[in-house]
Amino acid sequence: MFSIQGLEEDNMSVVLDVKNLSMHYETLAGNVSAVKDISFSINSGESFGLVGESGCGKTSVAMTLLQLQPENSVITEGSIKLEGKELVGLSEDELRKVRWDSISIVFQGAMNAWNPVIKIGEQIREALREHYPDNSKQTNIQKIQELFKMVGLDDTVADRYPHELSGGMKQRAVIALALSCDPKIIIADEPTTALDVVIQDQILNEIKKVQELLGLSLIYISHDIAVIAEMTDKIAVMYAGSIVEMGPTKKIFENPVHSYTRALLDSTPSIRGEKKKLKSLDGEPPSLINKIDGCSFAPRCPDKETRCNPNEHMRLVEIATDHFVDICSQGKE
Amino acid sequence: MNEINEKSELRKIRIQSIKRNFNLFKQSKIGILGLVIVFIFGFLALLQPFLFMTNIWDEATYHPVVGYDSQKILATVVSCKDIEYPTPEYKTPSDCPAADEVNIVAVAPYNPGIKEGDVIEQFIQPAPPSSKHILGTDSLGRDVFSQLMEGSQVAFVLGLLSAIVGVGISTLLGTIAAYFGGTVDAYLMRQSDLVLMLPTLPLLFIISAFAELKVWHLALVLGIFGGLGGSVITIKSQALQVKVKPFVDSARITGGSRMKILTSHILPNVAPLALLYMVFSVTGAIASESILSFLGLLNIDMSWGLMISVAQADGYINQGMEYWWLVIPAGLAVTLLAGGFYLVGRGLDDVFNPRLRRR
Amino acid sequence: MSDNLIEVRNLVKHFEVSNSFFSGKKNVVKAVDGISFNIKPGESLGLVGQSGCGKTTTARSLCLLDPKTSGSVNFFNPEKQLMESIDNIDDDSLKIFRRNIQMIFQDPYESLNPRWTIKDIIKEPLDIHNIGNLAEREHTIVEILRTVGLTPPENYLNRYPHEISGGQRQRVSIARTLVMKPKFVICDEPTSMLDVSIRISIMDLMLNLAKELDVSYLYITHDLAVARYMCNRIAVMFNGKIVEIAETEELLQNPIHPYTKRLISSIPIPDPQFVRERYEINFEGLDKIVRDNPNEQMVDIGNNHFVATHETKEYLIES
Ligand SMILES: Nc1ncnc2c1ncn2[C@@H]1O[C@H](COP(=O)(O)OP(=O)(O)OP(=O)(O)O)[C@@H](O)[C@H]1O
Ligand SMILES: Nc1ncnc2c1ncn2[C@@H]1O[C@H](COP(=O)(O)OP(=O)(O)OP(=O)(O)O)[C@@H](O)[C@H]1O
Ligand SMILES: [Mg+2]
Ligand SMILES: [Mg+2]
Repeated sequence: MFSIQGLEEDNMSVVLDVKNLSMHYETLAGNVSAVKDISFSINSGESFGLVGESGCGKTSVAMTLLQLQPENSVITEGSIKLEGKELVGLSEDELRKVRWDSISIVFQGAMNAWNPVIKIGEQIREALREHYPDNSKQTNIQKIQELFKMVGLDDTVADRYPHELSGGMKQRAVIALALSCDPKIIIADEPTTALDVVIQDQILNEIKKVQELLGLSLIYISHDIAVIAEMTDKIAVMYAGSIVEMGPTKKIFENPVHSYTRALLDSTPSIRGEKKKLKSLDGEPPSLINKIDGCSFAPRCPDKETRCNPNEHMRLVEIATDHFVDICSQGKE
Repeated sequence: MNEINEKSELRKIRIQSIKRNFNLFKQSKIGILGLVIVFIFGFLALLQPFLFMTNIWDEATYHPVVGYDSQKILATVVSCKDIEYPTPEYKTPSDCPAADEVNIVAVAPYNPGIKEGDVIEQFIQPAPPSSKHILGTDSLGRDVFSQLMEGSQVAFVLGLLSAIVGVGISTLLGTIAAYFGGTVDAYLMRQSDLVLMLPTLPLLFIISAFAELKVWHLALVLGIFGGLGGSVITIKSQALQVKVKPFVDSARITGGSRMKILTSHILPNVAPLALLYMVFSVTGAIASESILSFLGLLNIDMSWGLMISVAQADGYINQGMEYWWLVIPAGLAVTLLAGGFYLVGRGLDDVFNPRLRRR
Repeated sequence: MSDNLIEVRNLVKHFEVSNSFFSGKKNVVKAVDGISFNIKPGESLGLVGQSGCGKTTTARSLCLLDPKTSGSVNFFNPEKQLMESIDNIDDDSLKIFRRNIQMIFQDPYESLNPRWTIKDIIKEPLDIHNIGNLAEREHTIVEILRTVGLTPPENYLNRYPHEISGGQRQRVSIARTLVMKPKFVICDEPTSMLDVSIRISIMDLMLNLAKELDVSYLYITHDLAVARYMCNRIAVMFNGKIVEIAETEELLQNPIHPYTKRLISSIPIPDPQFVRERYEINFEGLDKIVRDNPNEQMVDIGNNHFVATHETKEYLIES
């Protein structure tokens, strides 16, 4: 199959390398292809953004990376290499070790996943005990205090129950939990939806600070292109299960090539700059159950007549250094 | 042209949605099992009138209450004395007389001059299953299978009637309690607590002592008790959830009256849960009916409980498995149909309670 | 006579919550604590603020969904051509109020009755207010569906809400609200549950309708960028009080109140080149100051720009 050149060089610093990953869910109505032939790689210390509309498969990608996908899902092909180690096909035991060792996740809505009857500190300590069975209680407590400091929480929070905390505090504690086992990569799946803007701002700040401090790689998942713009060095724009454009964040914002990326940028209001008329996008994202030949964005694409070649089989091509775009938007030669 | 297309597409969507729900239901194996059981009994209930109407069965022989059929056998007269067993012919006292024999003591009064070794004609009631009566006859010579069919009619009528009455009451009261709140709510809740505390069966015994209980009386009583009891609380909590939905607010902002909102917004959205309740309460009604008619407290011509009751009154119930056809079919029918409705309810639960859905 | 459509003066809404299961002692949550604003015909006012600051509560009290604790709300009664209070309103005026003041809810999935068809949903207001005969109602419904961009309307009339998408549902909600040609529509985060690509078309639709039908909006959101796109003026709410109110661009260019500054500085900018500076404030301190000054006045600093000083002008300058 096709593979992306350029990403293979500089193998030294590549932490996560995903190649041609495809996954679907088996449902009563048919197979939902949530991840279609996705390839990307992340260097150490880099932050990578995954952006796209609701239901395009962002969470599915994250879950597949961790091999935490639900029972009704099937990985049809592809490989996930974490520091050179293949994850696809590992047994549950081997995976568990890898999971928190090197890669951990802040789930979408994780702040509501705290066990309501156990104190926050106790819940984090449980994770630590599981992971570092040799640590003394004192070491663990110290570690929790460090983690809390890192995410801007008070020590006393450890002694409180989840319901005694605000949403923002719970979400910070989730980040502390995710950091507790010294991962190399953190996946943050919409960690700020359902929080208000000021709290969101604080959490984003916290994540960024921790990432820089510990030199972590970050995969940041969001539907909000403005947040992605601030948080990441490199982004992949997802549509209906596929990546349609990928490259350095600055480059993509300066020169968006795919019509969907442009539509996303054109439909995001901002409080800076001239107040401009925003453009809307007609139609709905396609159902992931139906097989789509050619470009999945074509039915909604404003430029399908002029620029694109919607019948081409979807795959990324490199149009500039590190800037990949789906071939369909590359037009009729 | 376009409109026709649109209509057919809409119909497709509808059918798909029914299919989807049925598929959900199908996932629950026990739900399907229950449905099959309920269908079998439904079929039996309908089959009987059909057989009479088409004269495949004649009423004189097969009528569940007034039908009569005698089965003749030829029996040798023997004399079973109080002697040491085993004897050459019989192992134990209960083996005498054997199936094709008759004790002289039992027949001598009606047959003067009879003696051992004679062969006489005997009518047996209850008669064991034969090709003519596939479940045999009871002690009065009535066809058990026909009674079983009659019994399923009674069970369906009673179960559904009481469920409809009960669910109607509890839906109405639950919704009212939720929507109006305050004193109305408090009153209805206390009332429901009270009814919950009353033991239904003993109360029914008492009622039957004072008044003649017919099937539909029983259905009403069971319905009212069920409807005023715990289900009001459940329906109320569902209605409370519906009440705070934005579409209800939206109707209020538009200026809809309370009555209108209650009947056109809240009730229809509580209905699925009510239906579920209805299916469950059928189970209880069927069980109560058989207990009451077994105890002879119900004025009814035929029912499963009554079948067992008759067998018991005539002393056939204590004789082990010998007269099994008098007890087992009726007992099994009560258990199966009551259980069948319960299983259907469990299956429907999967459809109506999305939280339980696995996918 | 004034030229306002709606006038809110010192609106207060308190909730009593029992703070302990056993003691039965009641706590008072001051969800809305004395706010005032006016809205002119055709104008849209944005109400922004953090989660829990009382935006929804304000909206619900305004349209008589929940009774307010105190304060006055006056609306312009077009039939009598005068401002009328919503307290002790008589049945006729209530009817007029209900016709003219509508609300669009946040959640397009829950704001339509799942057991009704789209046609029934839009027809309900017409039935309640007895507008037109049956044929006319049908016609109106088809027209309004076309207006909100659900074409061809025949495709939607007999569908149920679960048979259409989120964006289409929100359009149906808008159609339902506008079918009576109200003068004032309260929108409680009507696009926050929708996808970015669909959001703009709904906002544009509302803006166009405002122009065509001369509708005013009270647009509730916690996203200033959305408020900027939708509103002429913005009111910033903090803990049940309005702390600053001004024309949109004026507020964004020249924020005075520290909370406004904090709010503006937390909005992510869709431009990776831009490095946003965070304006830090002491929330607890501000909270205390706001709480301790219950009867404050807004100060006019010119340009139609009002800001709460909390009777301690120094505070504003200091921070
Ligand atoms: N367990 C599952 N079984 C079947 N389909 C699923 C399952 N989980 C997700 N899907 C479907 O897969 C698609 C992708 O879902 P996913 O959760 O990855 O989207 P997302 O991009 O994270 O969306 P959001 O922004 O709403 O979180 C959706 O269409 C969803 O309905
Ligand atoms: N029915 C109620 N009973 C008690 N307290 C309430 C009630 N409704 C709201 N509150 C409280 O009033 C305050 C304001 O709530 P409101 O819903 O108006 O906030 P909001 O600004 O709309 O927030 P959001 O942006 O999260 O929607 C909150 O502290 C809330 O807990
Ligand atoms: Mg997701
Ligand atoms: Mg709100």
